[in-house]
Amino acid sequence: MKKHAKLVTMSIATSLLVVGCSTKTETKSTVENKNKPQNDVHLDSEITSYREYVVSQSEEFISSTQKFVDAINAGNINEAKRLYPISRSYYERIEPIAESFGDLDPKIDAREGDVPANEWSGFHKIEQTLWVNNTTKGLEKVTEQLMSDAKYLRAKVETAEIDPILFVTGPVELLNEVSTSKVSGEEERYSHTDLADFAANVEGSEKIAQLLMPKIKEKDPKLATTIETRFNELMSNLNNYKRGDQYVSYTVLKKDEVKKLSQQVDALAEPISKIGTTLGVN
Amino acid sequence: MSTLENSKVSRRDALKLIGVGSAGLIIGATGLDRASEKVSSLFGTNRAKAEEILPFYGKHQQGIITSAQDFIYLASFNLETKDIQEVKNLFKEWTEASSTMSEGKEIGNTSPLLSSPPDDTGEAIGLNPMKISFTFGVGPQFFEDLSIQLKKPTSLKNLPHFPGDDLKEEWKGGSIVVQVCANDQQVAFHGIRNLIRIGRGTVTLKWMQHGFQRSAQSDPSGSTPRNLMGFKDGTGNPDVKNDQLMNEHVWVQNGDGPNWLTGGSYLIARRIRIRVEEWDRSALKDQEHTFGRHRISGAPIGEKDEFSSLDLKKKDINGQPMIPRDSHSALAHGNGKIKILRRSYSYTDGLDNQTGKIDAGLLFVSFQRDPFKQFVPTQTRLAQMDKLNEYIVHNGSAIFACFPGVKKGSYIGEGLF
Repeated sequence: MKKHAKLVTMSIATSLLVVGCSTKTETKSTVENKNKPQNDVHLDSEITSYREYVVSQSEEFISSTQKFVDAINAGNINEAKRLYPISRSYYERIEPIAESFGDLDPKIDAREGDVPANEWSGFHKIEQTLWVNNTTKGLEKVTEQLMSDAKYLRAKVETAEIDPILFVTGPVELLNEVSTSKVSGEEERYSHTDLADFAANVEGSEKIAQLLMPKIKEKDPKLATTIETRFNELMSNLNNYKRGDQYVSYTVLKKDEVKKLSQQVDALAEPISKIGTTLGVN
Repeated sequence: MSTLENSKVSRRDALKLIGVGSAGLIIGATGLDRASEKVSSLFGTNRAKAEEILPFYGKHQQGIITSAQDFIYLASFNLETKDIQEVKNLFKEWTEASSTMSEGKEIGNTSPLLSSPPDDTGEAIGLNPMKISFTFGVGPQFFEDLSIQLKKPTSLKNLPHFPGDDLKEEWKGGSIVVQVCANDQQVAFHGIRNLIRIGRGTVTLKWMQHGFQRSAQSDPSGSTPRNLMGFKDGTGNPDVKNDQLMNEHVWVQNGDGPNWLTGGSYLIARRIRIRVEEWDRSALKDQEHTFGRHRISGAPIGEKDEFSSLDLKKKDINGQPMIPRDSHSALAHGNGKIKILRRSYSYTDGLDNQTGKIDAGLLFVSFQRDPFKQFVPTQTRLAQMDKLNEYIVHNGSAIFACFPGVKKGSYIGEGLF
């Protein structure tokens, strides 16, 4: 291991130079391939299963978003409001993947002020129109763009590179999404449907953890149990706020209820962050 | 959060770095780190000067009769489990981490893989341990949580409500206390932060208060520190070098209560807000009469020497007591027989948004052999009459039983399990 690290260090002097002088991805990729250490663990089959999951979620994302857009176009505001969090949940489950495609995430998911006002589009623009302006009117361009972005996402996930590190750090990424923007209630500032996003992020995180679980159990059964227990505790707490296919408005949660959810996410994310090391992914 | 746009971009960029592009850069950085670790280890693993290290293992825990370091983090935790085995495991992990950090070393695996976060959070890498100390204790609630009430010492119960107390739920009690002190705030924060991280899922923070004193650099003579009211605080403390006094007033003795606590001590914490604005506009005479001492010297009123004994019978020319009966010193002194070991720090928590005033005060910490024979009678007197009450308000309170010291190979609180 140490010998290996030394080798890497020596060739890095060159790679730093190369990377420093070049802006072309191709050049960087060559460097990467040369220096990348061999993984002790093979996650190919897990990553394949995950890709299938991502593809299926992005397909559901298209069809549910289509229903959402149809309701808007039909001027049915109540139905649109009902479908909004459901449609988003498919996106939220695979957010780290979606975020890896450059500008796609801001186009779909930017909040007001995240991007220049004249470029603002996507879900939260629609959210503002539905909840603040209380209308379905004037959204033709935005809904059209949203559908085309959803389809673009579906096309991209087919061939997206899911590197083992991206894969094993995905569950923490998703929980960090929860603890940075959902717990604070700032994601859905007009509709207050934050708990739906919250749950979807956790489900997306759990999916990866489940795929890795047999290997985690082999290496560290105690860690596996801790992760499973804490997922269950968090999901069962979230279920307290579920009514049919909707979650209660985030505004009805009391301070100590929010704190409890936040601390459960932290308690879960800490052992999850150890998955990479436990499996020897490097 | 206004920085979300940035953080989103950077997160995406980080993913791109990992997933698509220049993994070489990241591996490279680690490669360099590992190489430099090797180099630094060549120049000696014990980079820390011996005098900066307070040994974690010993007869008593550090941070009690230890001469007060410059900074403190005092953290109180709720238990999130009813399983005593989990608590035992946590205490073992905390013991391991604390003894390692006491020596100024990184905790856990020091050559982490790229796919997980490092075990040590890193902000103390390369820093001296700065006499960091770790002190652990448990509150009355701990025994309820784990249904082991029979092991609870009779003196470990919630403090009574004292007149004038304005206690806030968010500054009260807790099942476990951890006190981390050091002569560097970053080193101290590193200590408490890593223990909090290790405890995630088993314990949650109930409250945490940081505090400070004047540093050793600003007062190399180590004279009695001043509180934020400008007066010396801690003059009447018993001498920590006198074993007999410590056994009499600070350490729990054999036969005082359950064996697991022998050699330990009770910690009382009070978060005392100072009404800074009101104090700052009160006349010097009023200030000195409030404390019963002179502001500059710290001497009792009418005396010149800080350590002159408090003569409460002395009268002024009008026949009035020289040291007002309702002054803080007079009341705290009482008949002079009850002593506690105070180890307080000042705190500042920025702005009180409701009033626009400064939120600052005293994180009162005291250690005693029996809180109900020492702290409670003293505080009862103070709460009823102390002239100082006009300028302060107690808004936090907690009591804990701190374990005796840990032998090498053992762990904190072993006697309890």
